[in-house]
Amino acid sequence: MSSNSNNSLPGGITTVGAKMLVALTGIALILFVIAHMLGNLQIFLAGEQLNEYAHKLKSMGPLLWVARIGLLSVFLTHISLTLVLTRRNAKARGNLTSPEPQIRITGERYINGYSYKTATTASRFMIHTGIVIFLFVIYHLMHFTISPEHPTPMPADSLIDVKKMVIDGFSNSIISGVYILAQLALAGHIYHGASSALQTLGLRTDSTKFGVSKLGILLATLIGIGNISIPVCVMANII
Amino acid sequence: MAAYNIKIWRQNGPDSNGSMERHVVKGIDGDMSFLEMLDHLNEDLEEQGKEPVAFDHDCREGICGACSLVINGQSHGPETTTTCQLHMRSFEQANITEITVEPFRANGFPIIRDCVVDRSGFDRIIQAGGYVSVNTGNAPDANANAIAKPDADTAFDAAACIGCGACVAACKNASAMLFVSAKVSHLAHLPQGDAERHERVESMVNTMDREGFGSCTNYGECEAACPKSISTDNIATLNREFIRAKIGRIT
Amino acid sequence: MKLDAKIPEGPIEEKWANHKMAMKLVNPANKRKYKVIIIGSGLAGASAAATMGELGYNVECFCFQDSPRRAHSIAAQGGINAAKNYPGDGDSIYRLFYDTVKGGDFRSREANVYRLAYISNQIIDHCVAQGVPFARDYGGLLDNRSFGGAQVSRTFYARGQTGQQLLIGAYQALSRQIAAGTVKMHTRTEMLDVVVADNVAKGVVVRNLVNGQVESHSGDAVVLATGGYGNVFYLSTNAMGCNVTAAYRAYKKGAGFANPCYTQIHPTCIPVSGDHQSKLTLMSESLRNDGRVWVPKELGDKRRPEEIPDDERDYYLERKYPSFGNLAPRDIASRSAKEVCDEGRGVGNTGLGVYLDFRDAINRLGEETISARYGNLFDMYERITAENPYKNPMRIYPAVHYTMGGLWVDYNLMSTIQGLYVIGEANFSDHGANRLGASALMQGLADGYFVLPQTIADYLATMGASHERLPIEDEVFVQAEEAVNNRINRLLNVNGSRTVDSFHKELGLIMWENCGMSRLKKGLETAIEEIPKLRKDFWANVKVNGSADNFNISLEKAGRVADFLEFGELMCRDALAREESAGGHFRAEHQTAEGEALRNDDDFCHSAVWEYTGDDAVPIRHEEALKFDNVKLATRSYK
Repeated sequence: MSSNSNNSLPGGITTVGAKMLVALTGIALILFVIAHMLGNLQIFLAGEQLNEYAHKLKSMGPLLWVARIGLLSVFLTHISLTLVLTRRNAKARGNLTSPEPQIRITGERYINGYSYKTATTASRFMIHTGIVIFLFVIYHLMHFTISPEHPTPMPADSLIDVKKMVIDGFSNSIISGVYILAQLALAGHIYHGASSALQTLGLRTDSTKFGVSKLGILLATLIGIGNISIPVCVMANII
Repeated sequence: MAAYNIKIWRQNGPDSNGSMERHVVKGIDGDMSFLEMLDHLNEDLEEQGKEPVAFDHDCREGICGACSLVINGQSHGPETTTTCQLHMRSFEQANITEITVEPFRANGFPIIRDCVVDRSGFDRIIQAGGYVSVNTGNAPDANANAIAKPDADTAFDAAACIGCGACVAACKNASAMLFVSAKVSHLAHLPQGDAERHERVESMVNTMDREGFGSCTNYGECEAACPKSISTDNIATLNREFIRAKIGRIT
Repeated sequence: MKLDAKIPEGPIEEKWANHKMAMKLVNPANKRKYKVIIIGSGLAGASAAATMGELGYNVECFCFQDSPRRAHSIAAQGGINAAKNYPGDGDSIYRLFYDTVKGGDFRSREANVYRLAYISNQIIDHCVAQGVPFARDYGGLLDNRSFGGAQVSRTFYARGQTGQQLLIGAYQALSRQIAAGTVKMHTRTEMLDVVVADNVAKGVVVRNLVNGQVESHSGDAVVLATGGYGNVFYLSTNAMGCNVTAAYRAYKKGAGFANPCYTQIHPTCIPVSGDHQSKLTLMSESLRNDGRVWVPKELGDKRRPEEIPDDERDYYLERKYPSFGNLAPRDIASRSAKEVCDEGRGVGNTGLGVYLDFRDAINRLGEETISARYGNLFDMYERITAENPYKNPMRIYPAVHYTMGGLWVDYNLMSTIQGLYVIGEANFSDHGANRLGASALMQGLADGYFVLPQTIADYLATMGASHERLPIEDEVFVQAEEAVNNRINRLLNVNGSRTVDSFHKELGLIMWENCGMSRLKKGLETAIEEIPKLRKDFWANVKVNGSADNFNISLEKAGRVADFLEFGELMCRDALAREESAGGHFRAEHQTAEGEALRNDDDFCHSAVWEYTGDDAVPIRHEEALKFDNVKLATRSYK
């Protein structure tokens, strides 16, 4: 039945409050993604620009760890809250008490499905794109940060050729394919997420409405093109 | 006159299992409302000695908010209106003869019977603060305070909500945010609602959670399903009110 | 049956104030010891429950809908009158009082109407304080418009949803009291009997519509706020669930039923489109402010409206009532529509319709202005009829809308049963033989917010705080419950072959034919013969499927229709006995040479109050004489 205290989230946080944290962490992650992309795009610049940038980051010492831990906690907060909310939403959906098995399999609450009038595909599959991004991030860290040739974290003063590593990696079309798919998922996630975050934070008003609605598509396009351009250019031998 | 294949949800009571039941309804005129088509089905069933399909309805003018139903996968059917104001010509013109009818599905709306659901969660949300605390006889003259027309209009747009629950039924998360935000926004835009604004939004949001409605992920499907065109702008207003309330609590 | 209206002494302006001073009060600390049962949660019921709760009484409120927010008050579109005189066009409490008495064709009680007009201003103040979003002008102050039958702008409105906004205001006030614990709300619960001992109301028997449970509730006073009985006609603008059951059950327990024949036929409804029709939809009367009503001059003119030139159109309201024109009161506008259709000049497929044309207003003011004023109504019309009213004139026809008759109440709103109060449309008190536009919301809220909570205290105080309520184990309750259960079982056990709706439709036709817009002695006599036959057939042949112990929509309907089948006869008897035409009651035998209603003040300047005497016995007709000390009895003229 309804009016059940089990419906409340742990720690007395409301769904609205939780969503606001998701929005804030999401914005932080978008900022990180933008910074990360700008860093990576230095690969298009001549000479050792990218490598110098990488080494500069590496030589930040304890600050690097502060940044890493900060990023990790933002990332985990974002993910854990969305998982909690998604599970709660799945429960909120149902009063369907049919024994028919196909309903359980599709996860749909209406037997013939719901015909969405306006919801975008991106908005409906946030949790899915999110999971893809999460898996990708693990892969990505394994691939470049904790690469197979370096089972332990690389010492800060070791000078490796990041540019070469990127080019070597993306020369493999499977790896490039994985990256491109993941970036599409990221673009989709940001497409809905960026605008949605501002709405959740109450920043969409009459005067900001247009900007907020277009921000998602703008960021998704820029980040998508920016990130995908690297493997594509590597494979096309432009870099 | 047309005939339709109707698949409609039957469920004896809150704790029984339900299933879709098939019926053929004949002799349907395009000028009939969707509910009149169901009346027709029920007359047939009753004549056959069967129990009619239970569904909520009352004013049949699109204002009381009693009628519900998800028709062919959409709250209140394919048009932006209430089920009682949906007419069969809408199906006739689109050459649709297969119609599925299901109740609003949400944990916060337990099924009572067939397509009738219990929407008393909405009442409890209003009881949590969707009012102005003024006792009868305490009011100053009605024109003592002028209210700028844009504010009055915004408040009115939000106040047009009929509490039907189509927003919850359309939302993938069964979130009641559009409903809650409509009331928060109505009162937040009026000076009368000012004194209690912080307590109101917090208390209503808490109750919304307790009632088991989902969280808002800004799909916008609620607005599209709303027969009274309540805007998701109200959700932004609720979010702002919520932040103001939290800040108000800290400072 | 003793009919003491208990009208306070003194000049009319001072009666209510004097009365309030004279009434006993209940000590604030003792209020919670009094339990008040309120049936219905529309404007009257919800506002009464909220106010009684605020005052500290122990209130139990019942409604058959799934939420108190859904009562049919919500469907009122046009507005609510008040004598604020904000526009400065010469309005006053006295003028509102006068207009209402005159509009009611001098068949209402002066003192009640004056009180209503006086309270009207407080209602607006209170509703604004609640946050009801009334229309405002660009300066931010409240806007007013003129409304059917009034020559001043005194109608406050909230787009086309005034009823909705006022009801939600009352619902919110009620919700606040539910949260505070002063009001216990029972939704999806239908009252099936009033429990009366020695002519004192002791409680009610209700049925939970979800699980079928029949149970008793004991109270110190019972308030019926159960609305009107327009659904006796099957087709009306009432909601599907509106019914006479509570009021009729009270009548059978000894409450006098006053003027049941006074029904209001609203002139601007969307015409019937076919046999399948389950209800009629009203288009706000405000449309008549800018729309012009006409039919072709020629009989059987089948040309499309735009092909008919102006000089071949009959703008009959403007022709017959030059000073009021299209704004003539509802009864007059309705009857005129019927007349032209009876002459064979009606429009649309059925010939039962007249045009309401916005062509001239659109030319004068522009489509945008018209859309701003009536956009939602135009949309509603187009949705239902699939015709565009900006391009083609609307077709309208009168439909049953409101019932002025109801349970008789005194000045305190108490019925002839002690402790049984009746408020809102369910009582008979303020509208006489015809209700003016924008007055129903006013009366419902006046009764609920301002009158009942004051007058009921006088009755409760007499009991004393140490009084004891009759326990529900008492014989009176047990018997009432048993009778309710027996009736339910009887309905389920007929097991005949006809559906409940088929009986309801048949009754509706009899009523519309013989007791509708125009009534004749012969027709009424026929109806009085036919209805009992139909009733007999019902109890022999009705088919109610399912059981009594769950959510059973057939059973719900069957109980209500069974009551309509008895009540319809009472209406016809009242219409037959009232040998005059007054307001909504038009007896074709009593009209002037020009076809206007002809009152008979010598013999019928009274309210007729019916006393139940047994199922097959003819009820007794009592009279409450009406005295007009302030308003001169005159022939209503809107020419």
